[in-house]
Amino acid sequence: MKALSLQHLTKVFNSGLKALDGISLDVEQGDFFALLGPNGAGKSTTIGIITSLITKTTGNITIFGINLDTHPEQAKSYLGLVPQEFNFNGFEQVKHILITQAGYYGMSSREAEPRADELLHQLGLWDKRNTPSRALSGGMKRRLMIARALVHNPKLLILDEPTAGVDIELRRSMWAFLQKINAQGTTIILTTHYLEEAENLCRNIAIIDKGAIIENTNMKSLLNRLHKEVFVLDLKVPHTETIIVDKMNITQIDQTTIEVEIQKGQSLNTLFASLSSQNIEVTSMKNKANRLEELFLSLVDKTEATA
Amino acid sequence: MTTQRQRHWVAFKTLLTREIRRFIRIWPQTLLPPAITMTLYFVIFGNLIGSRIGQMSGFNYIEYIAPGIIMMSVINNAYANVASSFFSAKFQSHIEELLVSPIPNYLILAGYVAGGAARGLLVGLIVTVVSLFFTTLPIQHIFITLSMVVLSATMFALGGFINAIYAKSFDEIAIIPTFILTPLTYLGGIFYSIDLLPDFWQQASLFNPILYMVNAFRYGMLGVSDIPISFAFSIIVLCIIGLSGFALHLLNKGTGIRH
Repeated sequence: MKALSLQHLTKVFNSGLKALDGISLDVEQGDFFALLGPNGAGKSTTIGIITSLITKTTGNITIFGINLDTHPEQAKSYLGLVPQEFNFNGFEQVKHILITQAGYYGMSSREAEPRADELLHQLGLWDKRNTPSRALSGGMKRRLMIARALVHNPKLLILDEPTAGVDIELRRSMWAFLQKINAQGTTIILTTHYLEEAENLCRNIAIIDKGAIIENTNMKSLLNRLHKEVFVLDLKVPHTETIIVDKMNITQIDQTTIEVEIQKGQSLNTLFASLSSQNIEVTSMKNKANRLEELFLSLVDKTEATA
Repeated sequence: MTTQRQRHWVAFKTLLTREIRRFIRIWPQTLLPPAITMTLYFVIFGNLIGSRIGQMSGFNYIEYIAPGIIMMSVINNAYANVASSFFSAKFQSHIEELLVSPIPNYLILAGYVAGGAARGLLVGLIVTVVSLFFTTLPIQHIFITLSMVVLSATMFALGGFINAIYAKSFDEIAIIPTFILTPLTYLGGIFYSIDLLPDFWQQASLFNPILYMVNAFRYGMLGVSDIPISFAFSIIVLCIIGLSGFALHLLNKGTGIRH
């Protein structure tokens, strides 16, 4: 079943700006889906329309088969949103925010209290439950927005840049939490600027640029399209002579660091066999750039060139 | 399994509770100032000046103005509550909590208006208690008194809601109360009977909705009014229907809240 289906979605703002140019997109139930694009591409407009914060110009949206125009109450009850900017009442206490949000979805306080307590524990906010939200740290506010989006048990969770400005430790713990709820059946759509985040978490991906979908596929097949990868190798012993490996482009950065460009289809074994034969020992190896980042830039650059 | 009606009731109660919690939390800004201001009205206009004015429509001046002063505090507070609460929700973007949720627009309107009316009525009660230190309030028609105060609070809460929908800054929240609501209130027969005005100004006063509220409320308490009570009720009910329809139309269109 499709968790979300967008058909020919268009948005023209009053200023005349065409933010979305007839995009169509399907997200399957249970998916962890990435919606990527450069700034101003139309990601947040798309999310705004799905969550009723922005009025669409034309097009159709169905959420778990329910049309958002004809049955808005039912369709919206399936959705949870973690917006990009903090948007809660700074004077309200953390737990009140959750219980109030649950109330808007028709959950009585008897139902909402235990659910709010569970989420406060899971997201490490229990000790702050009686604190006004404005007194929370940035990371805690991010977690509160996730708790608020989940309080009514949505089937589809949409996160708009949820880890922007969050430190790496918190980002990792949020990833683990999102993977857990996805495994429990919640469909997740994520927009992010951290392409490593999308690569680690998401199974399917759409790339939007200038209001149009320029790529919509699964993460594996997208990554398979990489024609080359550049690896950075750290050497155990400083090496001053030129290193040559057959059919591979090697750049010597300094005496203990080299960069190797591997074309699609070439084997890393060949590289290591050649280095071993030259008595060069490698202590560590990493990708020079995130693989998805390379693809993202090449796809977006391609649309720039054809524009 | 909860029915749609139960879910709507919970959503309405949630919004109303949040609104009441908000104005109680900031009581030094919402409940205390009207109590102090109205005490000054009673001391200055009632006791000091009023004792020299003599009787109006057969009542001591302080007794005559008490219903109007109570009504003034009700309408000002009902208006101010919704205007500031809804505009703050827009300003801080937490209106998005409501817009994303399945709560229908008419319940958003009902929740905010009921919250505003609740503050108006609570302030009205506080001012009534204050007034009892200065005068007696003989209630002649309890149903007219209560229904008029509830209808007036509702009408001005709706006005505050429409003001907040259009407002783009806090200044725009203050403009209508300062330049429209306050003059209409003072010219709405709180401190005088319109019989004292020249003919032209008597006729002009009939276009002021606050005149109908004050007079109907005064009739409920004292049994005297400058205008027919049934006409006053009809005007106010029509205003409420018109304002509700307009506010709902703006919400459905997304004016000021959706891009």
